[in-house]
Amino acid sequence: MRRSFKTLVAAGAAALLLSACSGGTPAATPGDTAAPEAGAGDSKGTIYLVSKGFQHRFWQAVKEGAEDAGQEFGYTIEFVGPPSEKDVTIQLDQLETALATNPKAIGLAALDTAAASDVLGKIADANIPLIAFDSGVDSDAPLTTVSTDNNAAAEEAAKKMVELIGGSGTVGLVCHDVTSQTGKQRCDGFKNYITSSAPDVKLLEELVAGSVDEATNAAKSLINSNADIKGIYGTNEAAATGAVQAAIEVNKEGLQVVGFDSGEIQMQAIRDGKQAGAVTQSPVKMGYETVKAAVDAIEGKELPKVIDSGFAWYDAENIDDPEIAANLYE
Amino acid sequence: MSTATRSVETPANEPSKLVTTLKSSLQQLFVFAALIVVYIFFMIFANGFAAPSILPDILLRAAPIGIMALGATFVIATSGIDLSVGTGLSLAAVMTAWFLGSDFMGLPLPIGLLLALLFGGLIGLVNGLNISFLGLPPFIATLGMMLVARGLALVISDTRPMQIDAPGFRDLSTTTTIPGIPNAAIIFILLAVIAAVLLGKTLLGRYALAIGSNEEATRLSGVNVKVWKTLVYVTAGMFMAAGAILYAARTGVVQPAEGLGMELNVIAAVVIGGTSLAGGRANILGTVVGALLMQTLITGLQMMQVNQSWQFVVTGVIVLAAVFADNVRRSRAAAV
Repeated sequence: MRRSFKTLVAAGAAALLLSACSGGTPAATPGDTAAPEAGAGDSKGTIYLVSKGFQHRFWQAVKEGAEDAGQEFGYTIEFVGPPSEKDVTIQLDQLETALATNPKAIGLAALDTAAASDVLGKIADANIPLIAFDSGVDSDAPLTTVSTDNNAAAEEAAKKMVELIGGSGTVGLVCHDVTSQTGKQRCDGFKNYITSSAPDVKLLEELVAGSVDEATNAAKSLINSNADIKGIYGTNEAAATGAVQAAIEVNKEGLQVVGFDSGEIQMQAIRDGKQAGAVTQSPVKMGYETVKAAVDAIEGKELPKVIDSGFAWYDAENIDDPEIAANLYE
Repeated sequence: MSTATRSVETPANEPSKLVTTLKSSLQQLFVFAALIVVYIFFMIFANGFAAPSILPDILLRAAPIGIMALGATFVIATSGIDLSVGTGLSLAAVMTAWFLGSDFMGLPLPIGLLLALLFGGLIGLVNGLNISFLGLPPFIATLGMMLVARGLALVISDTRPMQIDAPGFRDLSTTTTIPGIPNAAIIFILLAVIAAVLLGKTLLGRYALAIGSNEEATRLSGVNVKVWKTLVYVTAGMFMAAGAILYAARTGVVQPAEGLGMELNVIAAVVIGGTSLAGGRANILGTVVGALLMQTLITGLQMMQVNQSWQFVVTGVIVLAAVFADNVRRSRAAAV
């Protein structure tokens, strides 16, 4: 019995490891490849985009923008992505496949730069221009990076928050992730703005919550331990939704919730007035700019190191404006 | 193997039963005392924690994991393990949304809830059959199910959040029938009572403990071990579904990728509560207290504005302490 107990403990440790890196399991692989654009008879060639995901609305919006640009500049767009953002190996396979078809240019939103370095070397050897999009590829390989300036977007969120609470008061932070670069910037950008530009705002210690349930609990703790709290900023849809839910659960009237990204639930909360607003990335523009940069690279033009794909603040008033609505996805 | 005799004992050795009951109550008492000490600590040091609304809130927060842990107590009593409850929660919640959401089947509330519970039982049935009849180790069988459930939840939901707008569904969670106490807290307590009766007063509980103590001896004494073990996993699956229902009812939205990792908190709650990973000893009250202790720590540290990474450290240390205590107790028992 002692032995079986030890086995179990070892098994438990293995479970921890497994769940920590349970990536590589293609449990769900529906539609992880896109069919090539039809009617590409007079195409100048193919630009291959390997994204971090495929089904999520965000990536579909990137794809849409990429295809717009493809049509405009006369290139065929091949858009692929792994089923989830943990499937590093699937993405590597897709990158290898992209290389094997010898496209005119490759766009990559890398899940794991270190793991991709081998393939990146081969791409460089084949003289195929590489454009990074979404998050940076931490190497010299890409000619440019097309991404949302998360820092600047988070500062915009902070600016709006300060306006909403009238320039002073206590504000809490629910961050969805403090280990990824994106997650950190969305948290830090907000904090930096408050510390540097809003001396009358008291910023509470940030809480980390990866799901709506955890975010609700975290936001509720912030409200329960700070009766004077005026606003909560959530760094993605789940975090903002949790803050809204927490305010409802403790009957906290007038709490200003500022979010990030879009999504059906968050958009509904903004329309209903439960949430003040959110900053959104511009996935359509990201797709467009990535392809445009690729075309420039193919034509041998110089590219800046970073291309900002932009962000925008939206609230109940402008949520239906055409230029905002194009970047919102349910 | 005194652990074996402990739970398959006959009324003949009444005194030793008394001693073991006392010993195991001591362990419970210890965890319970730890909960109270921690609670009082936060009442003093965490701003706002002394408010009367905090205790029912902790019950509400702990309900999904606590209820799953009630079922997992039976599994661990058989010296098994169930790694599928985390992503299984996602899948059961997705199915609940599928049965009840007006965008999907839009079934009446009682029928949808019943189907969700049965679906949880089905996941447990597959686990149980794989373990009992195909002879897969519980770790592997439920690891496989963990992945299957994760994938199915993503496929069925199309990786989109699903809304459950069935009238009355969200009342299961934060609505208060008894003033000041959310319904989820009451459901948690009721299910704990049911689990305690199942473990203490029914064949299911008795055989689960017997299998955990000494499976071979139990089989030789004429118990159909395969069937009862399967039933244990079915029970765990149904408790998991009940947890999933409350999880979904809180916001009325199911995010299909969220459950991963919860299985470890579930196992931690059971172990902290004094149920032995080696099987043969289980304690429902302990599991409840274990789940509450973990949630109290998380909530209290949040309210003290402590950097959140410390939560993991503190929870981990408590799990280690609980397993160590179990180890010491069993080597003493073996020495007698």
